[in-house]
Amino acid sequence: MAAPILNTRDLEFMLYELFDAEGMTQRPRYADHSRETFTAAMDTSRAVAEKYMLPIRQKVDTNEPTFDGKNVHMLPEIKTAVQAVIDSGLSSMTADYELGGMQMPLIAANATGAYLSAAGSTMMGYTGLTNANCNLIEAHGTQAQIDKWVAPMREGRFAGTMAMTEPGAGSGLADLTTSAVPQEDGTYRVSGNKIFISGGDHELNENIVHLVLARVKGAPKGVKGISLFIVPKFLVNEDGSLGERNDVWLAGLFHKMGGRGQTSCALSFGEKEGAVAYLVGEENQGLRYMFHMMNEARIMVGTAAAVTALTGYQYSLDYAKERPQGRLASCKDPHSAPVNIIKHPDVRRMLLAQKAYSEGAYALCLLGAQLADDERTAPTEEERKQAHLLLDFLTPIIKSWPSEYGPRANSLAIQVMGGHGYINEHPVEMFYRDNRLNPIHEGTYGVQSLDLLARKVPMGGMAGYQACLAEMEKTINEASTDAAVAGFAKELTEAIQTLKSTTEVLLGAMAEKNIDLALANSVKYLELFGNVVVAWIWLKQGIVASKALAGNPHEDDQKFYKGKLQALKYFYRFELPEINVWSKILCDLDDTTYEMQEEWF
Amino acid sequence: MKILVAVKRVVDYNVKVRPKSDGTDVDIANAKMSINPFCEIAVEEAVRLKEKGVATEIVAVSMGPKQSQEQIRTAMALGADRGILVESDDALEPLAVAKCLKAIIANESPDLVIMGKQSIDGDNNQTGQMLGALTSMPQGTFASEVEIADGKAKVTREIDGGLQTVELTLPAIVTTDLRLNEPRYASLPNIMKAKKKPLDTTTPADLGVDTAPRVQTLKVEPPAERQAGIKVADVAELVDKLKNEAKVIS
Ligand SMILES: Cc1cc2nc3c(=O)[nH]c(=O)nc-3n(C[C@H](O)[C@H](O)[C@H](O)COP(=O)(O)OP(=O)(O)OC[C@H]3O[C@@H](n4cnc5c(N)ncnc54)[C@H](O)[C@@H]3O)c2cc1C
Ligand SMILES: Cc1cc2nc3c(=O)[nH]c(=O)nc-3n(C[C@H](O)[C@H](O)[C@H](O)COP(=O)(O)OP(=O)(O)OC[C@H]3O[C@@H](n4cnc5c(N)ncnc54)[C@H](O)[C@@H]3O)c2cc1C
Repeated sequence: MAAPILNTRDLEFMLYELFDAEGMTQRPRYADHSRETFTAAMDTSRAVAEKYMLPIRQKVDTNEPTFDGKNVHMLPEIKTAVQAVIDSGLSSMTADYELGGMQMPLIAANATGAYLSAAGSTMMGYTGLTNANCNLIEAHGTQAQIDKWVAPMREGRFAGTMAMTEPGAGSGLADLTTSAVPQEDGTYRVSGNKIFISGGDHELNENIVHLVLARVKGAPKGVKGISLFIVPKFLVNEDGSLGERNDVWLAGLFHKMGGRGQTSCALSFGEKEGAVAYLVGEENQGLRYMFHMMNEARIMVGTAAAVTALTGYQYSLDYAKERPQGRLASCKDPHSAPVNIIKHPDVRRMLLAQKAYSEGAYALCLLGAQLADDERTAPTEEERKQAHLLLDFLTPIIKSWPSEYGPRANSLAIQVMGGHGYINEHPVEMFYRDNRLNPIHEGTYGVQSLDLLARKVPMGGMAGYQACLAEMEKTINEASTDAAVAGFAKELTEAIQTLKSTTEVLLGAMAEKNIDLALANSVKYLELFGNVVVAWIWLKQGIVASKALAGNPHEDDQKFYKGKLQALKYFYRFELPEINVWSKILCDLDDTTYEMQEEWF
Repeated sequence: MKILVAVKRVVDYNVKVRPKSDGTDVDIANAKMSINPFCEIAVEEAVRLKEKGVATEIVAVSMGPKQSQEQIRTAMALGADRGILVESDDALEPLAVAKCLKAIIANESPDLVIMGKQSIDGDNNQTGQMLGALTSMPQGTFASEVEIADGKAKVTREIDGGLQTVELTLPAIVTTDLRLNEPRYASLPNIMKAKKKPLDTTTPADLGVDTAPRVQTLKVEPPAERQAGIKVADVAELVDKLKNEAKVIS
């Protein structure tokens, strides 16, 4: 039997047992929904993934888009697949009904989209970015801008991009130089170069709507002088028909180690008289608008990483059950048949690690999605505020932990399959290459760790940090009353103690000592915090599994829940203890990296 | 023209079913349930006829437990206009289902009834034929092509060794084979629309149908496991084994 794209039972566990996706339907915005509509949407997503994406997955990987100097060429099957996603309504699941959306809660939409992402992650980039672009214009644009740009994007006629990065401004967006000159008619003319723009040019849609960060002539230096603009590929007339070609051009495509379904473009704005641009909101507020949408964008990155890990896990698991190779050490009979490799404890170690990483990571992403739902639609103002606080705090971890451990899981999927994992007759090596992007874009691993330690932890009198610890305490209290998981609750309590003391030392050092030294090992802090958070997420899963097992469920479910408890155990035995090493480095204010000199390399 | 489509709730075709440990039945307590694949083809055919302007209304009917509503909703998301659930927790055999359908037909007077040739759980392949007998309606079973014109249905049937085309005077019954069409999936907007479509519930008792089983299940057990293969030394041994052990040549 072929490996499933994803384990549907596990998705249901997360949606309905670990979290309360069904509870969302009590809220007015989601009142038309029910578990039945979520299930139907997931069935449709799986059908689209199986019909349009799986069959071309490898072909897309080995035939990257090309540019002949004028137009982009890509496999025609990509257009068919993207169109199928749009036609089935899967491209704007969370948008308002009036805007052509399905008004699904984010948590359910996330799990629904997971099939598409797992079966052809990089093709989903087009609709995913278009969706993000729409959300941004809806939040900060005028009604006229929404009517003109969002409506055709929601219909799937136009596509959208996010054009921030420049050759000289990647992590440090503050230094971007693309400029915008105001015109008498209220529009602007933009010129400058952008790179790495996903979906920056292609022929999948009639038009492409770029959201461009640029500096208005005379604006202050740094982040305070950045504005956000709509810059279409084709201008659009009053009646909605396409007008002249705008002054934005594809300069070239990048050739990537993965993500080959999507074009990555160098774009040149204003080679002639300047690209016609329309300001979104007010001048100099661009980065603020962009960051407003960042939490959700970062949940999407974490999700892509986690889902790619999940599907690699399913694939290598299926392989391990069927590949006979070697015998157990206890077997001395050369005439005996070789065992399937899953019988080797070391192979089970690699599968368990993948399970612990990928299911831990994905549950964390769904928690993020649920918080994003709560932030918008929880019944009381207080709950909405609380959700916002916690999500804002957790975002660097939701983005980074899956991005770091997702590729690690994929690397293990390759290892489980031996030489067969290394070649492209199986997709696991592609999963690894695709997934390797995730710790880079939307804020690199290092930049996220600085965001966590230098900004998010101290912010608002450590309010987010405290809220996060309080949530973990709640889970610990719940777990303490259940003998099956109480021991893990105790270990988590100790881990939180380590986290607290480390945090104290670092914040003290940041205030009193050399801040560069205090932040030098920030990535280890991110890993420490990340492992504590994922240990918490696993404890949550363990509580649910243990409770369910007590009810003597169906034989299949017993196995499922026992697997959850074993992965919990794996995480606490093999992964969580690493924080002690990291904590020591951090608390010592270890200066090994800090003191290393350029000339010594 | 009105079309009645029958849809059955069955264990999903992806699920590998097992007997219960006591051997009384198949264990589906925990399995994912779906619309029977042949019924899905029936719905698709009806929807295509409506899209062509041949049909004007599609009614989806299911006989089964309350949860069969989900499969009726699926049919409505695919394009059926309304649904009828004949609710019963009994294990309904083909005869009982056919009798229920007969009663529904009497109320609804459809011009065409489309149903699967069999359901993947019971694998009986009886209901359509029984319904034909009970209603005296002409039947075209194992359809791989259906054409409606001038009050008649031209049905191409998949039979042993080829295709047979029959012409039925409407109202008629068609049962679907695998190659009739490739069913669509429900788009998300249509899933939401389906929630607002009318779904009536009745019972076999209301329809005057006795659902008492006519067949008794004695035992359910898995098929014998396939034996491991062996290597033969030469052709002579192979021929010998084919002759004397497998007894496939003489
Ligand atoms: C496939 C792909 C798709 C992309 N899609 C888009 C897109 O659609 N739109 C868009 O605008 N951009 C996009 N990007 C760009 C992406 O966001 C940037 O690559 C990312 O922000 C990093 O910038 P950079 O590549 O210039 O690396 P740099 O910023 O040069 O970083 C190099 C290294 O230096 C480290 N570093 C940099 N600054 C600091 C610091 N202050 N402290 C500590 N370490 C630091 C980083 O962590 C990293 O390890 C995409 C990139 C790729 C590869
Ligand atoms: C690029 C490439 C170049 C190569 N070049 C050559 C070459 O020049 N000549 C040549 O002869 N071969 C070559 N190989 C083959 C290579 O040596 C094998 O791939 C390797 O020995 C692993 O065998 P396998 O791929 O069959 O994996 P398997 O043996 O099927 O292993 C799969 C997994 O099971 C585990 N496993 C297997 N047995 C046990 C056990 N007893 N206990 C615990 N775990 C076990 C493995 O650790 C692995 O994780 C090459 C392979 C590649 C990919």
